[in-house]
Amino acid sequence: MSLRSSSGNPVTGKPAGGPADRRLVPRKRKNFLGPQPLGLLFSAPYVIYVLAVLAFPLGYAVYISFHDFFFTAPRVKVDRPFVGFENYITVLSDPAVQRSFLNIGVFMIINVPLTVALSLLLANALNRVTRLKTFFRLSYYVPYVTASVAVVGVWLFLFQQNGLLNTLLGPLAPAPSWLVNSWLAMPTVALYVTWKQLGFFILLYLAALQNIPDELYESASVDGANKWAQFWNITVPGVRPASVLVTLLATITGANLFTEPYLLTGGGGPDGASASPVFIMYQRGLLQGNPDVAAALGVVLVIGVLLIALIQKRLVGGKED
Amino acid sequence: MSVTNAQNAKNDDDASRLPEPAEPVLRPGSGVEKRRNLGVGSFILLGVGAFVFLFPFYYMLIGSLQTAPDTSIFGAFPNPANITGANYVQINESINLFRGLLNSGIFTGGVIFFTVIFGLLVGYALAQMKFRGRGVVFGMMLLVQMIPFQLLLIPLYVMIVRDYGLADSFLGMILPFAINSTAVFVFRQYFLQLPSTLFEAARIDGASELRILWQIAIPLVRPAIVTAVLLTFIGPWNEFLWPFLVTKEQSLQPLAVSLANFISNIAGQAGNPFGAILAGACVLAAPAVALFIFFQRQFISTNIGSSVKG
Repeated sequence: MSLRSSSGNPVTGKPAGGPADRRLVPRKRKNFLGPQPLGLLFSAPYVIYVLAVLAFPLGYAVYISFHDFFFTAPRVKVDRPFVGFENYITVLSDPAVQRSFLNIGVFMIINVPLTVALSLLLANALNRVTRLKTFFRLSYYVPYVTASVAVVGVWLFLFQQNGLLNTLLGPLAPAPSWLVNSWLAMPTVALYVTWKQLGFFILLYLAALQNIPDELYESASVDGANKWAQFWNITVPGVRPASVLVTLLATITGANLFTEPYLLTGGGGPDGASASPVFIMYQRGLLQGNPDVAAALGVVLVIGVLLIALIQKRLVGGKED
Repeated sequence: MSVTNAQNAKNDDDASRLPEPAEPVLRPGSGVEKRRNLGVGSFILLGVGAFVFLFPFYYMLIGSLQTAPDTSIFGAFPNPANITGANYVQINESINLFRGLLNSGIFTGGVIFFTVIFGLLVGYALAQMKFRGRGVVFGMMLLVQMIPFQLLLIPLYVMIVRDYGLADSFLGMILPFAINSTAVFVFRQYFLQLPSTLFEAARIDGASELRILWQIAIPLVRPAIVTAVLLTFIGPWNEFLWPFLVTKEQSLQPLAVSLANFISNIAGQAGNPFGAILAGACVLAAPAVALFIFFQRQFISTNIGSSVKG
């Protein structure tokens, strides 16, 4: 023990700046901080980073949302009075905010079930084939690893008024077209995001599928269960923990929606029909200079996501809880 | 077939040499062939899926090369009479692709740099060092991954742009993403797989912790570094919202931001706006897609699964 510490410290202790006292009072300090107190030093940059850049702003967001907060030049001292729930009242009575929550609700109703169903089906199929497996797996990641800004370009091209999709649909093409139709804009955004993120969720399900023992399938086929029955009675319950995770992550992604309404529907158009809460945050907070209202909207959004996540966990998690 | 088998053999080989993450590795060919071979329906489903996933990318490339946008069905096939590189020239005149790529590269490179340096340190400490507060640090790392970015948006903007005056700077862009906690988790998982006796022996031999980390631990977890770099890469390279808020000066904007501004503001002024947009999109997409095709073996379900499940 003492050999380890006395030989370990002179070298690594150097950059720490304070190796001397540690060397003089090794035993007591050592035992108090654990056998390798240097671990604290190794963790320090990360811990400081998390506290300063993530944890502090989290509290700051709540603080801002309860005060009359506005932007000032750096180092200007101004009075920012506590206003209680005033910002929250402003947020909740804002029709644009209400509309954006409705929009994101439509988004989730389409996106979350579709994501779960398609990624499980495709992961299950991917798990069964041996040919071209690498090719398939790769083709599913490609949208996920590509910048949304890039893919939005081609979706705009495909979904425009006289785009390829409408050409193929001929007389069935919706009028007004997809992204400028107030009934179809949000569903189109939801489809886009489902398509974009699916590869990631397929990976999650692929990992989960490896945990289902093959004996279950073998004995089921001995008992004469067909493939569909096997899928429904073995695979679906077997990946339930992954399903909880996938619904949760899909919900969080949905709540973060910004790039797509900003670019795909030109700023939440038509007429706010595809505006997302984060887009409204950007509008109210940074364009119109009301960070306090935007912060309150952020808090409301996060509370909403937590509530939805709890409900989902009950629904998807089933009897295990 | 032979390709996939070689792939499997390689995977198996890797598994025996390298420390495995907690979740079992996808290992075809281990007695489950029977079940896998009955998948004609699966194969068709996957084929349709692959088409839906890949077609927009193919169409992006074709569209970026068209002189005039052709939205008919024939437009989906290369037409020698309608091919041009002019769209790339056009977009480059509007947004300077090289500068955009360079800015994206600096932004992404900075995030990867901080993530690898500090992530390896804390990942190693969490896995192989015993010290007071280790549980707290570990819990913190898990919790951080749950923090929703939309809640941080306003305070981070106030702090970084208004208080610290870091608008239009790479540091301001990098800061909120600087150390990727998922990557930290991947490092910790890989270090955890190494036998602790190895490190105890090295300590008894008098090696310092930094030297153990540098000369023993890191060489053993190289695949973890590739995985973590890939995971980290997608974030900043594709990120739009934050750099969009932080950079108003065009010469500092990452390509995703300048292309988005082109789409929302100036596309109308271009002769063939879609051609120019798609050309820019190809340039933005190409590095990420190429990287993932090249390193696809490092990006298997296991890595993601173990990193997200916690």
